[in-house]
Amino acid sequence: MADTLLFNALREAIDEEMSKDPTVMVMGEDVGHYGGSYKVTKDLYKKYGDLRLLDTPIAENSFTGMAIGAAMTGLRPIIEGMNMGFLLLAFNQIANNAGMLRYTSGGNFKIPLVIRGPGGVGRQLGAEHSQRLEAYFQAVPGLKIVACSTPYNAKGLLKSAIRDNNPVLFFEHVLLYNLKEDLPDEEYYLPLDKAEIVRSGTDVTVLTYSRMRHHAMQAVKTLEKEGYDPEIIDLLSLKPIDFETIGASIRKTHRVVVVEECMRTGGIGAEIVASISDRFFDELDAPVIRLSSQDIPTPYNGALESLTIVQPQQIVEAVKKIVDKQL
Amino acid sequence: MSEVKTTPMVQERMIPSSPSAIVTITKQEGMVLYEDMILGRFFEDKCAEMYYRGKMFGFVHLYNGQEAISSGVIKAMRPGEDYVCSTYRDHVHALSAGVPARNVMAELFGKATGCSKGRGGSMHLFSAEHRLLGGFAFIGEGIPVATGAAFQSKYRREVMGDESADQVTAAFFGDGTTNNGQFFECLNMAALWKLPILFVVENNKWAIGMAHDRSTAQPEIYKKASVFGLPGVEVDGMDIMAVHTVAQAAVARARAGEGPTLIECLTYRFRGHSLADPDELRSKAEKELWFARDPIKKFSAYLIEQNLATLEDLKAIEKKIQAQVDQAVEFALESPEPDPAELYRYIFAED
Ligand SMILES: Cc1ncc(C[n+]2csc(CCOP(=O)(O)OP(=O)(O)O)c2C)c(N)n1
Ligand SMILES: [Mg+2]
Repeated sequence: MADTLLFNALREAIDEEMSKDPTVMVMGEDVGHYGGSYKVTKDLYKKYGDLRLLDTPIAENSFTGMAIGAAMTGLRPIIEGMNMGFLLLAFNQIANNAGMLRYTSGGNFKIPLVIRGPGGVGRQLGAEHSQRLEAYFQAVPGLKIVACSTPYNAKGLLKSAIRDNNPVLFFEHVLLYNLKEDLPDEEYYLPLDKAEIVRSGTDVTVLTYSRMRHHAMQAVKTLEKEGYDPEIIDLLSLKPIDFETIGASIRKTHRVVVVEECMRTGGIGAEIVASISDRFFDELDAPVIRLSSQDIPTPYNGALESLTIVQPQQIVEAVKKIVDKQL
Repeated sequence: MSEVKTTPMVQERMIPSSPSAIVTITKQEGMVLYEDMILGRFFEDKCAEMYYRGKMFGFVHLYNGQEAISSGVIKAMRPGEDYVCSTYRDHVHALSAGVPARNVMAELFGKATGCSKGRGGSMHLFSAEHRLLGGFAFIGEGIPVATGAAFQSKYRREVMGDESADQVTAAFFGDGTTNNGQFFECLNMAALWKLPILFVVENNKWAIGMAHDRSTAQPEIYKKASVFGLPGVEVDGMDIMAVHTVAQAAVARARAGEGPTLIECLTYRFRGHSLADPDELRSKAEKELWFARDPIKKFSAYLIEQNLATLEDLKAIEKKIQAQVDQAVEFALESPEPDPAELYRYIFAED
């Protein structure tokens, strides 16, 4: 489809999977009649009815647990977190039951469940609506974590997440819903455990995900003009992380810059840097540079908010620094 | 010095208005109920013994005194079809649901043959085959899961047109747990969507060391149903016939698509909160008051009085169950430990 907006790509993914499999259903706050806070499920209730687009009361922990119980007994629920931050109220159900129950049950139950919704720092939404929960959840065993970044990967990844027999946390970004892209007419699925090489290059490996992919690509424009040749990798899967693709890139570039929107302490980047040091230390020609958000609640003021997250210019500088040092 | 109040009024609350008509049971049904209660009691007594002998570990919560509830409710359901959802005090619910005693015992021993393959332990018993949804170690977190299983039955019937999908779910939990939001949130959702579920409160008056009336502004839990628009029933949890009667009505209601029921069973645990609990707060007088109301003694007297069993019949059952529990221990002792090479198994569906 020509020029599909990202939120519509997600909608197509849900629609296609729901039409194929009657056990697939959506639940969450305002997912039915209202169509979802970002219109991802707009009008689907007209096609599938109120039970398959279940408008729930505002009871995050309980409706998440309900989805888990439904998944254990054979349905394939998709939970929409109206804002992923609200799922902090469902941390218990996500960590204990979605994440660990299959294991503690010794394989008695599987939990085919998708938990999706908008996260990340938007435009002056304030601290609570500007959360990056991926880092909080990455330590939970048994979860898969995905972060989409384009209409194309949003659709292909979500379709795979719905088909997957495990709980998948699926992060969208509030500022990416209106990205446009031509999507293939034929059906497609993308693997949940593969990173994407967005731009191949030889100087340095830039590892990023979600909205920061676009900041990195903006930096590339400047860097290209100045003769730099960075490789940009969008992780897509935050758990498991595709260290095969990352390793192959590092063996080529020997330098790494990590660019993330989550906070520095205990972030996705922290995990990546530690794992790179475990696995590829000998390949590195320079210490890894980590660009993360500041370790503060996201401030409301626009200027302060910009200072909080990584800007393209910082990526330009980091790439130059790490590449030039080597010359 | 102020006087310590040892037996608050609410701890004595135990004889609610019984259901107006008690169901009648056949001899056969009476034997099934009695056997299930005895299995629960003997199994738990054996657990205490094994725990003190160092064969089981961690937190072990026993069910002694509450047997009328597990047996009375679960035996009003369809084994292997209906869903049962428990807490950390889950051994006996698992047994009533049909999980073989040896697989439960083996799980408590941490063995590979345990119903959760040694990965779960006492507070995480599961069996897909017997539709036991858990085993939940955190209070309250099983209630939404049970609500989801009930939602699934409705969904299958109404969305997928599966007329046979009339399964009912029973969620068991304690008095202390009814102060948790998941309880209220799920009462609301279950009533809203008329889900086929029984919320079974085992009000044993204590949440570890917290007396029920010290934590709960309205201690009569069944009354909370009315504000969510579902029936709430109070029943003598030491009387299996009363529990069974109430459960049958609630199961029939759920199966007919008429929605959930909240059942508050007034009961008492005869042991400490867990085997690690010194149990110092409950007064001797209070305990004795309740020991005198032992549900098994009450039921055996009923069976004999109604000519549904002889003393010999009951003795024979006890003998049979004792042998079964002893064999469960044998089985658990002889069973292999989980294979260390399989440490990572069962994390994902493909493992
Ligand atoms: C979320 C959570 N908080 C605290 C605990 C510790 N805890 C275990 S059992 C219990 C008391 C529960 O009492 P009640 O619901 O009455 O059930 P009972 O043990 O009496 O059967 C507490 C506080 C827990 N397991 N989970
Ligand atoms: Mg209690």
